[in-house]
Amino acid sequence: MLVFIIKRIANAAMVMLAVALLAFLIFRLAGDPVELMANEQMSQADRDNLREKLGLNDNFATQYARFVVNAAQGNFGISYRNNQEVLGLIAERFPATMELVLVATFISLVVGIPMGVITAIQRGKWYTESLQFLSIIGVSLPSFVVGILLILVFSVSLGWAPAFGRGDVVDFGWWSTGLLTSSGRAALILPAIALSLYQITLIMRLVRAEMLEVLRSDFVKFARARGIPRWRIHFRHALRNCLMPVVTMTAMNIGALIAFALITETVFQWPGMGMLFIQAVTFIDIPVMAAYLCIVSFIFVFLNTLVDIAYAVIDPRLRAR
Amino acid sequence: MHDKPVLEVRDLQVDFPGRHGTVTALSNVSLSIAAGEILGVVGESGAGKSMTGAAILGLLERPGHIAAGEILLDGRRIDNLPDHQMEKVRGREIGAIFQDPLTSLNPLFSVGAQLSETIRQHLPMTKSQARVRAVELLAEVGIPAPSERVNHFPHQFSGGMRQRVVIALALAARPKLIIADEPTTALDVSIQAQITALLRRLCKENGTAVMLVTHDMGVIAETADRVAVMYAGRLIEIGAVDQVLRAPSHPYTRGLMASIPALGARVERLNQIDGSMPRLDAIPPGCAFNPRCLSSGPRCRMERPDLVPTAHSTSACWLHAGGTA
Repeated sequence: MLVFIIKRIANAAMVMLAVALLAFLIFRLAGDPVELMANEQMSQADRDNLREKLGLNDNFATQYARFVVNAAQGNFGISYRNNQEVLGLIAERFPATMELVLVATFISLVVGIPMGVITAIQRGKWYTESLQFLSIIGVSLPSFVVGILLILVFSVSLGWAPAFGRGDVVDFGWWSTGLLTSSGRAALILPAIALSLYQITLIMRLVRAEMLEVLRSDFVKFARARGIPRWRIHFRHALRNCLMPVVTMTAMNIGALIAFALITETVFQWPGMGMLFIQAVTFIDIPVMAAYLCIVSFIFVFLNTLVDIAYAVIDPRLRAR
Repeated sequence: MHDKPVLEVRDLQVDFPGRHGTVTALSNVSLSIAAGEILGVVGESGAGKSMTGAAILGLLERPGHIAAGEILLDGRRIDNLPDHQMEKVRGREIGAIFQDPLTSLNPLFSVGAQLSETIRQHLPMTKSQARVRAVELLAEVGIPAPSERVNHFPHQFSGGMRQRVVIALALAARPKLIIADEPTTALDVSIQAQITALLRRLCKENGTAVMLVTHDMGVIAETADRVAVMYAGRLIEIGAVDQVLRAPSHPYTRGLMASIPALGARVERLNQIDGSMPRLDAIPPGCAFNPRCLSSGPRCRMERPDLVPTAHSTSACWLHAGGTA
């Protein structure tokens, strides 16, 4: 088991190095940083100074090594646009995005898995067929449309939840959370639903397909022959055999959700990383973009590694003997 | 010989309604098994032997259903029980063993967890009592080091050992009847002998009635007390094993026996019954076997023979019923 984990982590580290190279190349290829930072009045001497200070005169390998070492310590340099530490900027926004994504994931699992099980075991009933049909709509609606519809119904017409912002937040060290205040929770609901709708339908359809497969298997038939009650077979024996792809997809999708969050955050004016990134793109703020790239890929790789380890926990056959 | 049968099936008929009309998969199946007796059920694939087992367990795949007849377990009708009551019969009073031990067990739970689950489903036991019982059961079916093996997962057992676990699961609540559907088909020949010997021992020791479904005449000869031969959804011959195997009455049973190659004798051509079993939606009128039968006559094409006692067994053939085919 330990060897397995070490192998996985080594793999993850290699991937991160490759990503860092990409992020670093953006620096090199996206024009001259000095030109981007300098204003009209700067003298040539000032520019040379800045160039030296940024280490742009060193060779490629040294610069890459320095970038990796700095990035590993969380030092992504200074934002071109507002001269703040990039890490500080991201750390400020990160909790907002993470909370949104985690709540959305939670909603999609809690709603999607039972819906998948029920549509599989009650196949052919009118309510499961309509759920199936509605899920196609859920998959095909773009998330900004969902967001705007939600705002229209629940904020504008009904006035139940705020249409934008994050509400009041409570700070724990560098982490700020909206989960502890009622205005924070109210503000979280709509964007989380907008973000989770697609995931719910995806998980529901995945669980349904897997369940139909597993319910045909011999061990389910044998469990029936042993006199195990139906609900126990469905929710214990069959469901657990369906969870592997669900775990994979959920973990993979947390990464994708962070990307989707970009749109949802814009619709709901949610002060998260997605908004930060969009601003960075508009201003060609390369350190912020590079840091965003590194952090998002770190989350992807981290989750991937967790998934591999979770496999071994769910399925005893994958445990190293 | 068997005064009060554990299982009694009377005129069982199973129908599968479909788009092109109803297909009758089983008709007029009547059999009984006494305590401590092993009834072998043989026939080609699709003859209805597994279907009979599934019907008794109440596990017919929809839209299949019992259209006529009754099934009695210890004199109590079980074919018309609602599902939640049938759940208490399955596992508790009727144990089942299926063909493939590799896929019969849930790969994600230890064998101990699956045993305890079954035991506690049917018997009022605490977790630790069920655990002790699980270890006893594993020991009973001949698994070495059972107190250690109880924590292992199905993939850590060999095929033969897994079938022993499956048998332990079937025995968990001490059922009166075990339906073993091709329990040795997926196993090596040497393991087959061990498993059939184990089944026979458990049946005799506990007085369990066993319905052994198989297409392997060798397994029947070694294990069963009586044998029932099925063809196209009907019983065509039933009787004591040594009688039926030594002196088969029905031409189909004779053909089956003749097609078993004798050890040591090398022949140019193996014996076979020409043709194949009719599809269930295209069963010929009269005796279903008549197109393949070497001794068929005009009567066989018009009237269906009923099971009648013959010198050695009970069989459904005009040769015995009316004397003329």
